[in-house]
Amino acid sequence: MGGTSSYPGVFVFLDELKRDVGRKADAVIALGGNPNTGKSTLFNALTGLNQHTGNWPGKTVVLAKGTYRHRGKEITVVDLPGTYSLLANSADEQVARDFICFGNPDATVVVADATCLERNLNLVLQVMEITPKTVLCVNLADEAARKKIKINYGKLRELLGIPVVPTVARDKTGLEELKNILDQVIFSEMKQLQPRPPVYDEEIEAALAQLQAEVEDLCQGKLNSRWVALRLLDGDPALLNNICHYLQRTGQNGRPSPAEVWRRVNYGQRHLGREIQ
Amino acid sequence: MANATWEEKFNEAAAKSRMLRNRLGLDIRERVVKNIYRQAREIAAKTVTLPERELDVSHKLDDIITSKLFGYPLMFALLSLVFWLTISGANYPSELLANLLFAFEDRLTRFFQWAGAPAYLHGALVLGMYRGLAWVVSVMLPPMAIFFPLFTFLEDLGYLPRVAFNLDHIFKKAGAHGKQILTMCMGFGCNAAGVIACRIIESPRERLIAVLTNNFVPCNGRFPLLITMAALFLGLMVHDANNLAASAVVAGVVVLGVLVTLAVSWTLSKTILRGIPSTFTLELPPYRRPKIGTLLVRSVFDRTLFVLRRAVAVAALAGIVTWVFANTQIGELSLLAHLAGKLETFGRLLGLDGYILLAFLLGLPANEIVVPILIMSYLAEGAMLELASLADLRLLLVNNGWTWLTALNMLLFSLFHFPCATTLLTIRKETQSLKWTLLAALIPTMAGCLLCLALARLVNACGLV
Repeated sequence: MGGTSSYPGVFVFLDELKRDVGRKADAVIALGGNPNTGKSTLFNALTGLNQHTGNWPGKTVVLAKGTYRHRGKEITVVDLPGTYSLLANSADEQVARDFICFGNPDATVVVADATCLERNLNLVLQVMEITPKTVLCVNLADEAARKKIKINYGKLRELLGIPVVPTVARDKTGLEELKNILDQVIFSEMKQLQPRPPVYDEEIEAALAQLQAEVEDLCQGKLNSRWVALRLLDGDPALLNNICHYLQRTGQNGRPSPAEVWRRVNYGQRHLGREIQ
Repeated sequence: MANATWEEKFNEAAAKSRMLRNRLGLDIRERVVKNIYRQAREIAAKTVTLPERELDVSHKLDDIITSKLFGYPLMFALLSLVFWLTISGANYPSELLANLLFAFEDRLTRFFQWAGAPAYLHGALVLGMYRGLAWVVSVMLPPMAIFFPLFTFLEDLGYLPRVAFNLDHIFKKAGAHGKQILTMCMGFGCNAAGVIACRIIESPRERLIAVLTNNFVPCNGRFPLLITMAALFLGLMVHDANNLAASAVVAGVVVLGVLVTLAVSWTLSKTILRGIPSTFTLELPPYRRPKIGTLLVRSVFDRTLFVLRRAVAVAALAGIVTWVFANTQIGELSLLAHLAGKLETFGRLLGLDGYILLAFLLGLPANEIVVPILIMSYLAEGAMLELASLADLRLLLVNNGWTWLTALNMLLFSLFHFPCATTLLTIRKETQSLKWTLLAALIPTMAGCLLCLALARLVNACGLV
């Protein structure tokens, strides 16, 4: 099963995105999150793009994109499929994960449901493992308040080490703040951005430490070496192909175009499959 | 050279990680996941304060809605209610639209006469294309405009995921995925959309099962057909065709569709698509008060008009084609009659007739036009005709040898036959395989033929007709 390569739509999408980025967009942000968190509503509220929002798990299968203008900058938003994690092997999760790690977004917003934050934090932690440029958007804050759920946002910010913005997407509350925060994260090197990704048990951490030096040498700053080391330990062959190809073929300076990345990813899956296993 | 060294380095790292993995044991992923979950729990514990006592209406509601006792009856009742609202609400606007559109046809005819257009042009464009369009719009638009908002309402309310929850264990027993029911819900709107929705099923095996069986859910294009046939069936059988009974028949047929879906899924997973159903956790999202404004805009623009636009495009073309078929004379008979004659024996065997089968074949581009084609063929007038009422239609069909069995088998065959062209193309695109596409057409057609054949034999043997 080719996994991601069975998504020709994504290829078209990335091609289009490349054109957009080249022409007018100043930055690309990815919008991830669990299903049923109002992610699509937020996407619509941000971009004003008319898109169907459903109420059942996994509704947003096809990637949608839109743009908004803020402080004179054109921001392209990519609405990723709603997923519970980035670990398992569903096509949705692969698309989301591949976009976050290979699509090289300038920031990734994870939309969480304020009424069940704990479950949503799993995805947040996994995204933080891949990219430090993560922003947590706690949506449905009104529903949480109605259910008398109190969230200490300051503490959350401190524990995660990333910006946290409460929102009510359907009333467009908190959207301005989200845009402001994103602007800071993307364009002005936020100082307080010190994400604290998950730490593992001693054995795994020891194994990671042993791999660290080699993997860092391989990554050369293009991918998060700790995450790559973890994936090596995990041994997911399809993903390792992608990583291998991405690292091997990317030019030393400048980021590759998304279309180029996609071509490589597919190429890697077709040609490198057996070698690595 | 740099590449080769890089690859060597990578292989080295991979070898080292393999060694480390072997030392750590095979459950690394599980440990990683557990760790992440634990940390999420810890962070949540430090930042989230839950209310003292969880007095949750939604939980209590879920206990009833997903209970063994009330779950199924409630589903059936809601389904019937939606159909009843659709059927009884659509009657009047349908009639109004039909009157309006056919009044305009007279004007068009007068315009063609005034312009001195040749008869074949008037025939193909007005009697063929325009009538086809008028039929589709007047028959389809009102029910869609009612059905889609109702459906979207249930969706937004959060009821549909609970339906999936209720049916999950049954689907698992059939070797299929619980999420299949969600793709089937999409199928109610449009089977092509339902097939695309199958992407939410992760495992390829179960996704294929869902794709192959999606057509057993009647799409919006087939609803008018089902509704008309249900009313006709009741009218011919017990001389009573009230809306409530008709909606119950339609709901019954939908349930039959679900049962056949399960049976076919089970058969597939025991034969060509063997495997173990994968587990999944279905989240029950909280009930939400739907925003009526957004709901209306979305269901009307995104769904109703979208489907209508496609149907109109197809009907326009099919209208012309059918008119040409009906007006091309070969010897004594039209091309349409010739073709129907070829299918007659097989049709009779199924308790149908040649014209019905031909109507389904010509209706391949869109199921909406099956009835118009059929009426046109029977009338042998060479153009689709608008009949003023259901009584007229009944008379016409009875004159062409219809019995309640014909209506019932037509009802069944509407549900169980090959998917429309759009859906087939979508299946081809999604599965990337001609084999599965053909199978997707073959399975429902076979099911329909067998069902109709069995029913016709049974009824004939018992001498009921």
